[in-house]
Formats: sequence, C-alpha cells, structure tokens
Amino acid sequence: MGELKLMKGNEALAEAAIRYGADAYFGYPITPQSEVIEYLSEQNPYERTGMVVLQAESELAAINMVYGAGASGKRVMTSSSSPGVCLKQEGLAYIAGAEIPCVFADVVRGGPGLGTIQPSQADYFQNTKGGGNGDYRNLVLAPASVQEMCDFVALGFDLAFKYRMAACILSDGAIGQMMEKVVLPDQKPRMTDEEIKAKYPWAINGRKNGTQHRIITSLDLDSAKMEEHNIHLQKKYKEIEENEVRYEMINCDDAEYVFVAYGSSARIAQKSVQLGREAGLKVGLLRPITLWPYPTKAIDALIKKGVKGFLSVELSCGQMIEDVRLACNGRVKAEHFGRVGGIIHTPEEVLEAMKKQIIGE
Amino acid sequence: MTEEIIIAGFGGQGVLSMGKILAYSGIMEGKEVSWMPSYGPEMRGGTANVTVIVSDERVCSPIINAFDTAVILNQQSLDKFESKVKPGGYLLYDPNGITKKPTRKDINIYTIEGAQLASDMGNSKVFNMIILGAFLKLRPIIDDKNVEEGLRHSLPERAHKLIPLNMEAVKVGKDNVKKA
Repeated sequence: MGELKLMKGNEALAEAAIRYGADAYFGYPITPQSEVIEYLSEQNPYERTGMVVLQAESELAAINMVYGAGASGKRVMTSSSSPGVCLKQEGLAYIAGAEIPCVFADVVRGGPGLGTIQPSQADYFQNTKGGGNGDYRNLVLAPASVQEMCDFVALGFDLAFKYRMAACILSDGAIGQMMEKVVLPDQKPRMTDEEIKAKYPWAINGRKNGTQHRIITSLDLDSAKMEEHNIHLQKKYKEIEENEVRYEMINCDDAEYVFVAYGSSARIAQKSVQLGREAGLKVGLLRPITLWPYPTKAIDALIKKGVKGFLSVELSCGQMIEDVRLACNGRVKAEHFGRVGGIIHTPEEVLEAMKKQIIGE
Repeated sequence: MTEEIIIAGFGGQGVLSMGKILAYSGIMEGKEVSWMPSYGPEMRGGTANVTVIVSDERVCSPIINAFDTAVILNQQSLDKFESKVKPGGYLLYDPNGITKKPTRKDINIYTIEGAQLASDMGNSKVFNMIILGAFLKLRPIIDDKNVEEGLRHSLPERAHKLIPLNMEAVKVGKDNVKKA
C-alpha cells in the first residue's frame, strides 16, 4: 500500500503528476485550482524526478507548450478553471487535430464569463461536446473523490497515449478544494528518451540515422486528405465509445428510480439515495466516470431492468440531462435538477426533486 | 459511527486548521474523513467555516445541511447554523462576542471560554486547540494519542516543538467546557 495522506483534490492531482512520472506541467493560476501550481512549485519536482514545472505567461502559452511537449512524446499536463479553459480551446482543437496526447484538468467554477469562484458543473457541454472548432472529442474523466483526482492522472495519461488525444479530468471547485484521505502511489520513473523513441514512433524528437521525418500538424489544404483524416479520427472515437466507458452503480439492483450524477453531485446524490432508502423509496445512483464516452448502454440496461425514471443532478441549468434523454429515447421520464452560480444543492433538496419531478408525489 | 460537524467563525481564528487537525486525527483513529471548506474571498475578518465528517464508513456527501455538532465562534455563524443542528445534537460556542444566545431547547448547548482561556495561557494561537479539546470532551470520537498524531501530520516539522503546548490546550478545553 502506498503513502496515506490527507490532501485537497488539487494537491492530490499535482502530487499524482509527479509520482506517475509526468515530464512537464505548464499552467497559469486561477481560483479554484491555484493549489495545483502552488503545490508543484513548492514540491520542486525538478529535484525529485526531473519534471519541468513552468508558470506560463497566459493560458494560451500554457496550452501551446503542452502541444509542443506532447508532440515530442513527453507526458505533459496542464490545468485551469472554466474561464481559463475557454482560453485553451483553440489549443485543444489543434491538439485533437494533430493527435497529441496530453492530460488537462478543468476545476470548474460558476459562469458564464468570469462568473464566480465557487463550484459548478456548467462546463459539461464545453468539455464533452467540443469547445474548440471541428469534429473532435476529448476523453472526459469525472473524479468524485480526492482519491480519484490522484488515480485519474494515471488513467488519463494511459488513455491519452493509447489513443493519441487529450484526456480531460473534469473536476469542480468542491472536489478540488475538499480534503480527504488519499493513498498515493509509489514513485514511478519518468520514461527515458530512448524508451519514448521505441514506444512512440510518431513522436518528434530529432531525425537521426536515416529515420523518416515525421509530421505533426492539424493543417492539410488537400480536402481529400482532410476528409480521410476526419474519418480516421471518427473511427478512433468509435473505438473509444466501444471500449472505454466507465461508470459506477450504487443501489441500482432493485431501483425503480435512478439519480444520474457525476463528480461532487454524485457524492451529494449518494447521500440522497441513503435518505431515500431510509424512507422506503427504491432509489439508486448511476455515476458516469467517463462523461465522454457516455454510459448510454448502462442507462439502456437500467430501463430494460425496469427503472421508471431518471433525475439528472448537476450543478448546472441542465447539460448532462441531454445525454440522459438521448439514452432514454423517450421510453421513460428523465428530468434535470440542479443549483447554479456556485450554490451547491443539499442531499435533502435533491431527494425532494426526485419525489416531485419523477416519482410524482 | 458518523459524526457530521460544522466549525464556523471568522477567518484567522484557526477554523480551517482546527478542522484539518480533527480530520487528520480521524485518519489516525482509522476513520474515513472529509474536510470541506467554505470561506469568503477575504483571508482575515471574513467568515470561514468548514464541514468535517468522521465516519466508520465511506463518506458520501461532503456537503451537508444538517449537523450532529456545530462549533460556533461568532454571532453570524450562530445565526446561520443554530437551526442546522439535528434534534438531540450538540452546539458548542464561545460566548465571547455573542450578544444573542442560542434559544433551541431540543439540542445540547455548551460553552467554552476559548478566547479568555487562550489569553490566560499567554498564547492566543492555541485558541482553536482549546475549542477542539472542548469538542472532544462532548464528542469523544478520537483518542488523545491520535489527536497528537494528527497534529504531527498536519503541522510542518518546524512546528512540532509546539505539539506539547497544543495538547495542553486540548486539555484546558476539555476541563473547561460548561453546560449553557
């Protein structure tokens, strides 16, 4: 077993990057995720593993540094919060087009615009449906605990390199700022340049000894080639939809009504399930862990098992509900409940919403 | 066992660090814990509160609306959280600066003269540990030796020489909690 500590989600994310052998972190501070770069600066990772940590002059600079480092096959991470992630969208579209692996964390705060520094989940659309231009996807992982803030750094890098794309850790101000127990992994060594060359033949790291030149770009003015490239990307996304869906079910075996919630809302809804069960209601929780690819088939399976309705619980005005409804396809009732602007719903009001909007009391 | 606690006061009173020490002590006791802060943008003078949950089971929501115990360190926090204590629960407060006393009859209300006792000890910084001691007298969920371990883990090494003083403050808190 690894080292047991009490940490904030943001700190666990930062420590995990060092321990999982990341080569670089480029970021720009913004509440509520400034602890990431603070912690990394304080830890002096260059001394510990040789990992480079740099505070860029802006979010734009940071994401383009990620593009460069990722193109050379290095394990590179960045993080920000909502308005900062907006600024990174151009870079993320280029990263998708050029098929560069990287991990980015979005510790979401209330919006739109500068919004508030309090927790929110209103950037579901931005991260799961695009944000930048073009037909592309990012892998989106939604941690619901400090432990998962740590673990998903490893999962994010594994998936990002497996599919050559960006993996987003979609967190929020609550998960980022809260402290919980976390078991930290043992230190893994960073990959050597030789290992990177052997493992990632696409990486740009110097043309020597007769190797072919490699091109990493999102630009191609030949339409036929660009169409082919898009078809290739879509094929990759299809494969991910088949193989990488992750979710957790709590009390769903005999459930008649199911909350669908991710991240901090899933923690709250889990308490609502407890309160509902105490009151004799057959309620359960489906917690998507991957938001893209979405656990559409899990919802389908629940409907086939007899679930009569779903309540999508999000700290937003209703974004994930669209994916829940697509999965339901009109067969059963699916409604949204959520507080916004930095206000966090209580387990009691979430249960009340289930009773009122779905069960119908 | 699940104990859901809110600690609320001004920024600078050591509210968040008291919560952190409590959470770390809970880990040392082998419990599951969560620490969820909520504070105004100001570092000092603004209101600060933290929800700490110590449990034998996995903590589900770290954000809750009803508490087993409220530890209250200023009037605004009393106004805000008195009604949020579960019936039969505990409310512990420092009467210093409190002009409108709590009125509920269905909860257990106790006081601790934290500010006064810290001043008597000649160190205002141990205020939050006196409060922690008073809390642990009412809700003995964590052993003293695990509180000491919790301090060892949450304080930087350079502050470890202050652990005996902090444990003394915990004792002072335990000895001076009074039924209101």
